[in-house]
Amino acid sequence: MHELHSIIDAAAHLIQTLDVSHFILPKAGIAAHIEAQETVDVSPLLKFTFVFIASIGALFGLGLALAAKRFSVKVDPRVAQVKDVLAGAHCGACGYPGCEQYAEAVVNNPDVAPNLCTPGGSRAAEMVAKITGKVADATEPFFSRIMCQGGTSRSTRKYVYEGVKDCRAAVLAGGGDKSCMYGCLGYGTCVTVCPFDAIHMGDDGLPIVDVIKCTGCRKCEKACPKKVIEVLPGSKAVLVSCHSRDKGGTVRKNCEVGCIACKKCEKICPVDAPKVEGNLSTIDINKCVVCGLCATVCPTTAIVDYIPTRPKAFITDKCIGCQRCTKICPVDAPSGEKKKKHAIDQSKCIGCGLCTAACPVQAIDGTFNAQAVFDAAAAKKAAREAAKKESAEAA
Amino acid sequence: MGHEFTKLLELFIAASLIQNFVFTRFLGLCIFFGVSKKMETAVGMSITFTAVMVISAALSWIIYFTVMVPLGLQFLQIIIFIGVVAAFVQGADTIMRKVSPGLYHKLGVYLALIATNCIILAVPLINAEEKYTLIESVVFALGSGLGFALAMIIMASIREKLEVARVPRPFRGLPIAFITAALIALAFTGFSGLIQL
Repeated sequence: MHELHSIIDAAAHLIQTLDVSHFILPKAGIAAHIEAQETVDVSPLLKFTFVFIASIGALFGLGLALAAKRFSVKVDPRVAQVKDVLAGAHCGACGYPGCEQYAEAVVNNPDVAPNLCTPGGSRAAEMVAKITGKVADATEPFFSRIMCQGGTSRSTRKYVYEGVKDCRAAVLAGGGDKSCMYGCLGYGTCVTVCPFDAIHMGDDGLPIVDVIKCTGCRKCEKACPKKVIEVLPGSKAVLVSCHSRDKGGTVRKNCEVGCIACKKCEKICPVDAPKVEGNLSTIDINKCVVCGLCATVCPTTAIVDYIPTRPKAFITDKCIGCQRCTKICPVDAPSGEKKKKHAIDQSKCIGCGLCTAACPVQAIDGTFNAQAVFDAAAAKKAAREAAKKESAEAA
Repeated sequence: MGHEFTKLLELFIAASLIQNFVFTRFLGLCIFFGVSKKMETAVGMSITFTAVMVISAALSWIIYFTVMVPLGLQFLQIIIFIGVVAAFVQGADTIMRKVSPGLYHKLGVYLALIATNCIILAVPLINAEEKYTLIESVVFALGSGLGFALAMIIMASIREKLEVARVPRPFRGLPIAFITAALIALAFTGFSGLIQL
């Protein structure tokens, strides 16, 4: 303290020796309102200044430190961590208003599942589960599917719409300009609302979903005034891309690619997934095995198979010759005698994967679903062995 | 008493209407344009703003007239008032987070913006310059805060309408907001001469 005094005194002395001890303080400038004084004694003024600033600084500092201590709020650091791994789009797909609210809920509430962030996908679900110590069920990616193929070249319009290029506006004018009242209007509302830039307008006036970018956040589904967008599990890749409940004849008049309710899909399906009701076929995605048979028979190609090419099946050496594949195949591709290795006619095989799923010894490989079938079988086997071991131990 | 009350009322009206900080003194424009896009945020900001204004004006008055004037340290007023406002805002932030998380969730985001606002600094400076009493200072701050709230709410309601209006392309967004503010400012000149202080 003594040293400080001497420093201040020295500084004051220096100023005095410079012959500027008589400050005439100006009264000028906005808010620079200071009483004009004849002279100012520099040394005590400097002292007061230092003491005042130091003390008021210390006072505020102490006050804030005490307040911080006394009113400290425990913020769970995991909330911030969870927020970082979420997609951060505030899309509301999880059912909470924003990412922050979901992060808080998933950390504090043990009943909130860690896999609700669909945009974040399985990666986010895994990370959230890791941070919160919950078990993440594998989430399947969900994609937007446009349930209409009637682009401008393949469907008719009932009038010329010249309003704002937005489906929500267009629908106000008599339900839109499309002859088919169930179809996509093609003014791109879904494109504008997509927070992930995953939907673009195609050349034929239909939106195209980029499944690499699409996160299944359902924003487009909510915005679409025609409700022609459905968000469905990515693996369910065979869908009736039409919502028209008009009678077959009307559909044919309005659109080349609408469902005319001919029931061909109903007849060919090995698992009874498609059902024609109210002039429209819908595929029950819980039953569907994604074999793609219905897409091959649909006369208007209203059923879309999103799997571009299906690899064909072949039989491995594990085959025991049970002939089950020959019975289940819709196109009679497998053949062979009992108890001998069968063969699949590659020219006939359509890669539907039915035989792969039916084979009791997983001897058919090569189809799109082979890996999933093998994994499921392996898991089942492991579970069975674990149960056996347990019962043996119990005995 | 009657005379004093009249003076306080005059001060209040002068601060909120005649010398409205936004429309006649043109202070605090950054928050005025930044937060007036939506009515909800404008109202939240106005409430927080008025509260901070009144309390920080009172705090500044106490420090200024009980410590700084006797010591002859008036020239430090700007730096000290900034410190007072900043410390108060920080303290309010900390306490509010604990005491009422709901209120903090609603208004907390605005506190940080307010800490460096020029109206909040101008009010204690004017109080010091005009040598208002403590009561007068608080009334002046309240009037200024409510005047700011009035400006925000007028602007927000206009801007919400502007969103759907047909505005020429070069004027869309901030330019039309400035033009609107200028027109309201013109209207506010009508209050000048309402009372003579």
